[in-house]
Amino acid sequence: MNGIKAIVRKELADHFSSYRFIILFALIAMVSLITTYMVGMGLKEELSGVAKPKFVFLMLFTSTGPLFSLVQFVAFFGPLIGLVLGFDSINRERSAGTLSKLASQPIYRDAIINGKFLSGVITITIMLASILLVVSGLGLALIGVVPGVEELWRMVIYLIISIFYIAFWLGMSILFSILFRGIATSALATLAIWIFFSFFVPMGASVVANSVVPGDTSENPEMLMKRMRVQRAVSLISPMQLYNDSTGIIIDPMRKTTRSLVLMGPLERLSSARFERPLALSQSIYVVIPHMISLIAITFICFGVSYAVFMKQEIRSA
Amino acid sequence: MEKTAIIETHNLTKRYGTMVAVDELSFTIKEGEIFGFLGPNGSGKTTTLLMLLGLTEATSGTASIAGFNPTKEAIKVKRIVGYIQENIGFYDDMNGVENLRFIARLNGITDTVSTPKITEALERVGLKDDVEKKVAAFSRGMRQRLAIAEILIKEPKIAFLDEPTLGLDPEGTTLIIDYIKALSREHNITILLSSHDLKQVQRIADRIGIMIHGKLIAEGPIEKLAHEKLGVEDTEISLDDLYMKYFQEVTS
Repeated sequence: MNGIKAIVRKELADHFSSYRFIILFALIAMVSLITTYMVGMGLKEELSGVAKPKFVFLMLFTSTGPLFSLVQFVAFFGPLIGLVLGFDSINRERSAGTLSKLASQPIYRDAIINGKFLSGVITITIMLASILLVVSGLGLALIGVVPGVEELWRMVIYLIISIFYIAFWLGMSILFSILFRGIATSALATLAIWIFFSFFVPMGASVVANSVVPGDTSENPEMLMKRMRVQRAVSLISPMQLYNDSTGIIIDPMRKTTRSLVLMGPLERLSSARFERPLALSQSIYVVIPHMISLIAITFICFGVSYAVFMKQEIRSA
Repeated sequence: MEKTAIIETHNLTKRYGTMVAVDELSFTIKEGEIFGFLGPNGSGKTTTLLMLLGLTEATSGTASIAGFNPTKEAIKVKRIVGYIQENIGFYDDMNGVENLRFIARLNGITDTVSTPKITEALERVGLKDDVEKKVAAFSRGMRQRLAIAEILIKEPKIAFLDEPTLGLDPEGTTLIIDYIKALSREHNITILLSSHDLKQVQRIADRIGIMIHGKLIAEGPIEKLAHEKLGVEDTEISLDDLYMKYFQEVTS
């Protein structure tokens, strides 16, 4: 245990004193604060003189404002945090010759990779938690509404999902830093994967859906539903989609399904209009529990693969 | 006084595919000895050291370090072996003290214990005035001395030194060799030293082993080998001549 403790301590010190971390943190903090400020001002204006709706505090995170919502920002930008923290974690040590030095100390070999991953996760947690707190503080001052217990719980769950989401990208980048000897290569590879999952999978999903369910769907709602289903299934390959779905439901109690398009018959519409109330937290969780479990699972799988590859790899000087 | 064997190998072999890096190596090093490990580049010296340290698994054969099996009891072996690798890895963005403290922590030495030791070790290797400097600003010689300081802090029973004088000026080489001698005489550390600096090896080694193409072709005290091979007596021995003689024999 000595080994992993010493490594985590060193890695944390490295992270927090590195320029890349400071720049990243400053950037994220700045964007979050600006977004919150704009959204908060908008909400304040809208809500003046009107009875405040339930869960107004969570709207701070979900309202789009003039640019994007905070939730969207984290979904899009979060992966970069993970990638930046991990893309050179192993290969830098390898090229500096410190990896074989670490391995020749009386520690178990997995302490190296566990320590690296753990310190990355701790860094991510501190980063996200502090930003969430600062944003909440600013929101509190702007709209003057104290969040309720349920809202706090929703934020905690949102935080945990976000940590796993970014940890997935951290695991991915650590894997690449093990596989590729060159630091530039692993950086490019991680960026490529990020772009692939973030931009090409959603595009590819509609292409696949169109070719699986061809023809004109404007006449045939059945076909349209089918096409949407295929598209959703394909886009769920992307961790970003999993994350968007789960946090969307958790942070917004008014959303009742992860589907973007809901076709309803007249009676169904009537009944849903009658129950136009927010979902209870337990029900929100219930809707997206498969998404959350998948997200956590791919995080563990990604780290597990890095672990296995690292343990098998030969450590040589040079 | 007969000293006990601390490193023993028996038919130790390492293959990478069809390439044989180390070929049925059998030798013994006794406690407190300085063993000079000679041989051209790529002859398998580093691979042997890595196998003895448990960083690489042997294809066949056995090794024993103070009674421990390096493959199965790697942690125990690493606890008693200090290793200076060829390209001495230190963290460039930390200073000497931070580097040493990190290594001490990895060895389970608490900061309260290691702090006075680090000061003492840095003073011993003449880096006292450079404690604030980042290792990135260190010269090659300073890095080597920091590596010696690391050995002083770890206080191992055995030290594997892979080319510790590589790329040093004559003055720096002499200094490092003197430190190595001190490690052996003052701290009773068994030393396995691989080097190309034959004159320096001759100065301090109790015994030498010559490894060429993965095979240990000669092993023993320099005087004895020189007597057998060159037919010369103590006063006129040149390790260079001896080494070249063996080398030509094998390669021709």
